[in-house]
Amino acid sequence: MDIIVCIKQVPDTTEVKIDPVTNTLIRQGVPSIVNPFDKNALEAALQLKEQHGGKVTVLSMGPPQAKDALKECLAMGADEAVLMSDRAFGGADTLATSRTLAAGIRKLGHYDLLICGKQAIDGDTAQVGPEIAEALDIPQVTYAAKLEISGDSKVRIEREHEEGYEVVETTLPLMVTVVKSINEPRLPTVKGTMKANRKEIPMLTAADIDVDLDSIGLKGSPTQVHRIFTPKQRVQGQLIQADSPREAVAQLMNKLAEAKLI
Amino acid sequence: MAVIIKKEDCVGCGACVGVCPFGAISMENDVAVIGDGCTACGACLDDVCPANAIYREAEEKKVAMNKAEYHDVWVYLEQMDGQARSVGYELLGQGRRLADELKQKVAAVIIGDQVAELAVSAIASGADKVYLVEGPEYRHFTTDAYSIAFVDLVNTYKPTAILMGATNDGRDLAPRIAGRVGTGLCADCTDLGIDEKTGLVAWTRPAFGGNIMATIFCPEHRPQMGTVRPKVFKRPETDDARQGEVIRVSSKVRQEQIRTKFVEMLRVCGASCNLEEAEIIVSGGRGMGKPENFQLIEDLACTLNASVGASRAAVDAGWKPALHQVGQTGKTVGPKIYFACGISGAIQHLAGMSSSDIIIAVNKDPDAPIFKMADYGIVGDVMEVLPILNEEFKKVLQD
Repeated sequence: MDIIVCIKQVPDTTEVKIDPVTNTLIRQGVPSIVNPFDKNALEAALQLKEQHGGKVTVLSMGPPQAKDALKECLAMGADEAVLMSDRAFGGADTLATSRTLAAGIRKLGHYDLLICGKQAIDGDTAQVGPEIAEALDIPQVTYAAKLEISGDSKVRIEREHEEGYEVVETTLPLMVTVVKSINEPRLPTVKGTMKANRKEIPMLTAADIDVDLDSIGLKGSPTQVHRIFTPKQRVQGQLIQADSPREAVAQLMNKLAEAKLI
Repeated sequence: MAVIIKKEDCVGCGACVGVCPFGAISMENDVAVIGDGCTACGACLDDVCPANAIYREAEEKKVAMNKAEYHDVWVYLEQMDGQARSVGYELLGQGRRLADELKQKVAAVIIGDQVAELAVSAIASGADKVYLVEGPEYRHFTTDAYSIAFVDLVNTYKPTAILMGATNDGRDLAPRIAGRVGTGLCADCTDLGIDEKTGLVAWTRPAFGGNIMATIFCPEHRPQMGTVRPKVFKRPETDDARQGEVIRVSSKVRQEQIRTKFVEMLRVCGASCNLEEAEIIVSGGRGMGKPENFQLIEDLACTLNASVGASRAAVDAGWKPALHQVGQTGKTVGPKIYFACGISGAIQHLAGMSSSDIIIAVNKDPDAPIFKMADYGIVGDVMEVLPILNEEFKKVLQD
């Protein structure tokens, strides 16, 4: 089974802080990481490979330093890694990104399954996976919390839903996005890391793929960021420190009543 | 459209490096350089450069489509088993507001099996028109059937904007539609407006785990599309006297085009884990100590008819199933009242619940970061405070 996993290198948004004076993001010292959900996607792919054999290829679009993220995926056990990097890809919104990645996937050739994380933690859109599936005209199942493939390529997925899990059956080829609870991503082994360091990561530029240059990058992005601002910070409210829990609760109930919340 | 730094004017002060939310500007040989990470957001434009060396390249006109053909604001009224999700009605209220500003009409889109009666409530909630696609092939949501039906409506009736709920199915369906018609889509919006100057829909959404907000336009493509988080907007008052037109559109889906099959719904927790649509959420964290103690959370939730949430720590420890997790890698919620019990308030948790109207925190550590967010905080042991809180709320609700 040939599986392609799309990954994104993202800033660790939990490490991002706001400069209280300028009210802007402090990016210095914020580490770049493999998007956490994409690690779940890779883990799912590696487990399927262990069951069915085949090959796992990780694909990413990003600046040259995104190679570090791909190296980490190789160290976890991916067989191949490919980086799509070109100034022409830059400034892309989700649609332009998906067109670029879909062109990269076509270039890679045969695949049975495409796995993505449910969303990236910097943009949180959850759109690129489905938009790739659309560009490739393959079916999709999003928010997978359980993914089983039987020998004859029958797929059974439990998909996270607001009230529970929706069981869906389908066949390959397919695009799946996964949630965190699907698995616990493995850590890179020492041997894997050494192997990854020696491994060549080929780079695809715009010239290498079959794509209309007007449909990718900033030019091919229908959406435009008009304005960026920092949200209103919540102000600290009232802290109750009473002698006993009963007294504390009584004070809280009074305050809630005053605020007409109860 | 692209943002450019005029090298000869750059004084090398580095003022622009720190303001870039995407870290795309760096200093090379004392000159600021814009790298591949640039999204042309313009954060570096507003009076940032003391030498005025940063400017936006004049926009080249793209003739993408005849925008004049597109009119009316559409709202997708998502339903499940014939029940419309609340977010659909919330968006009808917003669709009404946007359409009034544009002096256009609001239409609801309803797709399902035997769901015609939802058209009545859509009209009562503000819709002028309802596009109704019915058939047994829409009994359960499938990406293929619903996207084919929706894209057919878009191509036939050409709306200027489409609002959809940022539900699991909405976020599954919207990008397929946007991809097929080749238009822009803004995910998870928390604010909507019409830009006075351009008449474009201004979609505002959080990014970077809620650390920044971005307002996004879709200038040259139609329809302008966005998903909007549940519970951000109030459900409009209904008016049963309102009149509207119901347009029945025949189904264009053939069975062989539906490539995934719904088997069953495993309702493992019902309403208690539907955190996205909850009015009140009671959440527990590591401070609950052990899984049995979550009973106190459940008890209070039961009293308040609330959903039950959990922090990542509590889920990772196996105390609650993943469907209850609130935070960056779990669910994003926006209830009227959020109780954070024994939750310290790690950034990744705050990212998931900071848009709650009222936050009430109980924690024994007075320095816990959650208190910086909370409207009301009790410093105390959750094990002692929760039973009393439950008792008091029971009394209040009885009166």
